Parts: sequence; C-alpha cells; structure tokens
Amino acid sequence: MQVVVAKTKKKPLDFIADQIPKLVLSPTILMTIVFIYGYVIWTGVLSFTKSSFLPNYKFAGTLQYEKLFENERWGVAVDNLFIFGGLFILICLALGIFMAILLDQRIRAEGAIRTVFLYPMALSFIVTGTAWKWILNPGLGLERLVKDMGFENFTFDWLINSDMAIYTLVIAAVWQSSGFVMALFLAGLRSIDSSIIKAAQIDGASLPKIYWRIILPSLRPVFFSAFIILCHIAIKSFDLVKALTNGGPGYSTDLPATFMYAFSFTRGQIGLGSASAMMMLAGVLAILIPYLYSELRGTRNA
Amino acid sequence: MHDSTVLGPQTSSAKLGRIFIYAILAFLVLFYLMPLVVMFLTSVKSMADIRTGTLISWPKEFVFDAWGKAWSSACTGVACEGVSGYFLNSIKIVLPAVFISTFLGALNGYVLTKWKFKGSDLFFGLLLFGCFIPFQVVLLPMAQTLGWLGLANTTAGLVFVHVVYGMAFTTLFFRNFYVSVPSELVSAAKIDGAGFFTIFWRILLPVSTPIIVVCVIWQFTQIWNDFLFGVVYAAGDTQPITVALNNLVNTSTGVKEYNVEMAAAIIAALPTLLVYVLAGKYFVRGLTAGSVKG
Repeated sequence: MQVVVAKTKKKPLDFIADQIPKLVLSPTILMTIVFIYGYVIWTGVLSFTKSSFLPNYKFAGTLQYEKLFENERWGVAVDNLFIFGGLFILICLALGIFMAILLDQRIRAEGAIRTVFLYPMALSFIVTGTAWKWILNPGLGLERLVKDMGFENFTFDWLINSDMAIYTLVIAAVWQSSGFVMALFLAGLRSIDSSIIKAAQIDGASLPKIYWRIILPSLRPVFFSAFIILCHIAIKSFDLVKALTNGGPGYSTDLPATFMYAFSFTRGQIGLGSASAMMMLAGVLAILIPYLYSELRGTRNA
Repeated sequence: MHDSTVLGPQTSSAKLGRIFIYAILAFLVLFYLMPLVVMFLTSVKSMADIRTGTLISWPKEFVFDAWGKAWSSACTGVACEGVSGYFLNSIKIVLPAVFISTFLGALNGYVLTKWKFKGSDLFFGLLLFGCFIPFQVVLLPMAQTLGWLGLANTTAGLVFVHVVYGMAFTTLFFRNFYVSVPSELVSAAKIDGAGFFTIFWRILLPVSTPIIVVCVIWQFTQIWNDFLFGVVYAAGDTQPITVALNNLVNTSTGVKEYNVEMAAAIIAALPTLLVYVLAGKYFVRGLTAGSVKG
C-alpha cells in the first residue's frame, strides 16, 4: 500500500489524509500515556513521599515502604493473599479441569449444565459476596440447615471466626470463577485432534491414562492462560472481600487491595497506600513478565 | 471435535461409570444453582418465615413485599429510597460508557490492523498493559484528576473512568478481529479512492457485528459489575447499584432484613444475568477472547 501512495503525486490534501489514522488513534495514545503510564509513575512518586491526607511532594526516600513492611496489617494482607490466592487458584484449576473432562464425555443436556456452571461469572462479586454471606450466616444459614437435619452439635461459624474467615472467601471465589476455567478447558479439549486419542486407544491405553498422559499435557497453554487470569483475579480481589467479610473480623481477611483502599481513602495515608499499590503492581508484573516473555518466544520460534 | 466413537462407553462397567459421571454432575449443578435458589427463596419469605425456616425450606407463603421495599424504600446508608435510583445510575453510566468505548475500540482496531504506521505495533503492546494493571495503582491520581476536572462524584466522571480503562480491552477485541479480515479488501478500496472513514463504514463495520456483540457484552458486564471505581469516585446519589447493594447489606443499624437484602442482590444481578441467558454464547466468547489473549 505504501508504494501506491508514494508513486502518485502528492496533493496537499493527501498529507492530511495520511495523518488521519494517526489522528484517530491519538486520543487513545494520549489516554494510555497519561492515564496508564503517567498515573503509574504518579503513584510511584507518591509512594516516595510523606503524603498523608493530601499529596505532598517532598521526597522521603523509602520511608513508606519501610513503614509498609513493618505494618502488621500489611503482613496479614500479604499472608492472606498467599492463602486465598493459592487455594483459589488450585481449587479453581482442579475443579475446572474436572468439570471440563466430565462434560467432554458426550453428556446429555451438556449445554444446560455448562450454562449453570458458568452463570456465576456474569454476577458481580458484590452479589456473590452478599449471597454467600447469607448462606454462611452462622445462626441462620448452612449451620442451621444441618442442625435441623438432626446434627445438633454441628457448628459452621467460619464467617465470624478470624482464623477461618479467609476460607469463606475461597469458597465464594471458587464458586464464582471455576466455571470459567471449565469453559477454557472444554474449548481446549474440543480442539484436540481425535486421531491421536484413537491411536492411543488402539494401543490399549485406558481413558484416565489417555487424559493424563496425552490430552492434559497438550493443554498446557490453556493451563497457563487460566493460571495467569486466576492470579490476576486473586491479586485484584476487592469487591468480594468488601461484600463478604469487609476485611473482618478485625482485619483478619484483609487483602492488599482492601489494605490499599483503607489506608488511601479512609485513613488518609496516601503515601502508604501508594506504596501498597506499587507492591500490588510488582506482584502482577512478577507473574506477567515471565509469562509474556515465554509467549512471545514461543510464537517467534513457531 | 472428538469423533463420537472415541470416548464412548463400550462395556457394562463403562455403563456404571456413566451413572457415576451423571451423579457427580448432578451434585455440581446443585452446588452452582444453590446460591441463586437460596437468594430467591429468601427474598419471597417473610422475616418470621426466615427465622423459623432453613435456607432451603419452601416459603410458607410467597410474599413479594421485600422486593418492593428493596426497590423503593430500603435504607442504603443514609438515604432510605431503595435501590431504584442507583439502578438508574448504573444504566446512565453503562450506556454511554459501553457505546463510547466500543466505538473507540473499533476505530483503534481498524487503525492498528489496516493503517499500521511506524510504532503502531509497539503502541498496541504498550496499550495491552492496561488490561493487566491492578487499578489500585491508578486510583489516587485519577481521584485528583476528576477533582480538577470538576467530575468528582458525577455520573460523567464514572463514564470517563470506564471509557479510559475499558479502552485496552475493546481495542484488543477489535484488533484481533480485524486481523482476520482480508487486507486485500481494504487495499482494493484504497486504490478505488475510498478514504479512511469510507472504508471503515462501508467495509469494516458491516462485517463487525459478531465482535461488536462480544465487546458490548463484555463492557456491559464489566461496567455494571464494577465496584472499585464506583465506591471511590461516586458519593451519595451518584453511586452505582453495586455500591448501593453493599451499603444496604453492610448497614449495621436496625434489624437485618435478609429478604430485602436478597431481593436487592437479585435486582443488582438481573441485567447481567439477562445478558448471559440471552447471549450466553457471546458472553463466553468475550470471556475467553478478553482473557486468553489479553
């Protein structure tokens, strides 16, 4: 195309016409530079200042980061992220793969079952949190249900137990997101060349063995994508905590995202909040950069 | 697609396996449906019925008072006007934000595939970062900017924020779609003298329906379900429905009315549930397209 344009004689109007694509893209370019990269840098700058209720641009070195790492509540939030994120990702992957394999067995009403597994993904985490808060309500929810079934001594008070409340977040988050993992894997399973499976069957391999040795290994890219997305959801988790436990009891279910919100917007410690946001970004990048690197290398070699 | 003979049952022990598979699936279906069923059953019970019954007990009598109260008179923080106003706020935010971000995404995708210039690929790479950043890292500067622009606590401000941070996704959708539209079509039109916008309106947009649907559904769900931007950038009567629902549920004063809470939760969930039921196929496509590549 470039060649055709270059060979025809340039009229003044052509110059403007040549610029149109760049002009059309320019608002987005500007927004990206300002609202994504500019703001990240801005938050980064704030994290090196003494900003409290209002931003203050006096350089304060790594003071906020030192304060952050000495802050017990931040420690709890980070530990919680590992507990919550680890379990959430592990269970979602296992359950998602399991459901995908089940649905891959020529199931009647597959469409309807798929719809049921996936609808939680359409809901907001606030709705999910509200629903599970009610189900896990110690006096009236699941506990009451089991007691009425005759198990008088049954207790299920995780929601108000500061040692266990973090696991209620896992339950609700898994309910919400596992269907999505199922959808990814089902799509992956459906794209596998069936002649490979047939060959293995002729060799006498059993169905579980075929899945374990042949099918699942070939779904490695799907596995990594799902892993990255789940990591991302875990690090960003904010709504669910707000609705289900509001960080409590105490701050036992705080995650970095709720920590950042609390310190930046209700406690007026903008510097500390910024430092925590930068740490969240670092967490995302630590997962993302190796992933993108391997992805790009993979496509280049292919 | 698997060949249907490949993984099918062959022996009677395999038949037992089939029963086992269906049993597990039935259990899982119950697990996924349970919260929605519980929410609905609770919303149509009276408070007395809730206190005496259990989560899944059938209502003694179906009463829809809680729905009326949730819609028009329940307290969400200070105000006691139900969630109707906030529902409307969400609509006012979602419609323009979805329209603008989709349109810009389409134009961007068109430029990035059919009018590439030096640096446009690099820019696309840089833009993709916007799909991944935790929004906490832009919250504070944006709050200050909205204040400067006089958009703090306004619907317009939230529309602006959603357009800005939805752009990376919409551009990604359209770019990946337009890559598969043959460039020869565009080249031929250029030789015929068609300009930038003519080609967009006459050639690209008419074939874009599938990706527009995916993009609109994705953006609609994202923006309707947003809580973080809503809770930070809106106050009082400009709050979206998710914030209002959270206020309603987490109000510590007064007697907890679980039936009203559940009714409000269903109201907040209805638009996206409806989209999912009506256009589930495109919803899934959006989920996978927006996340696998992004």
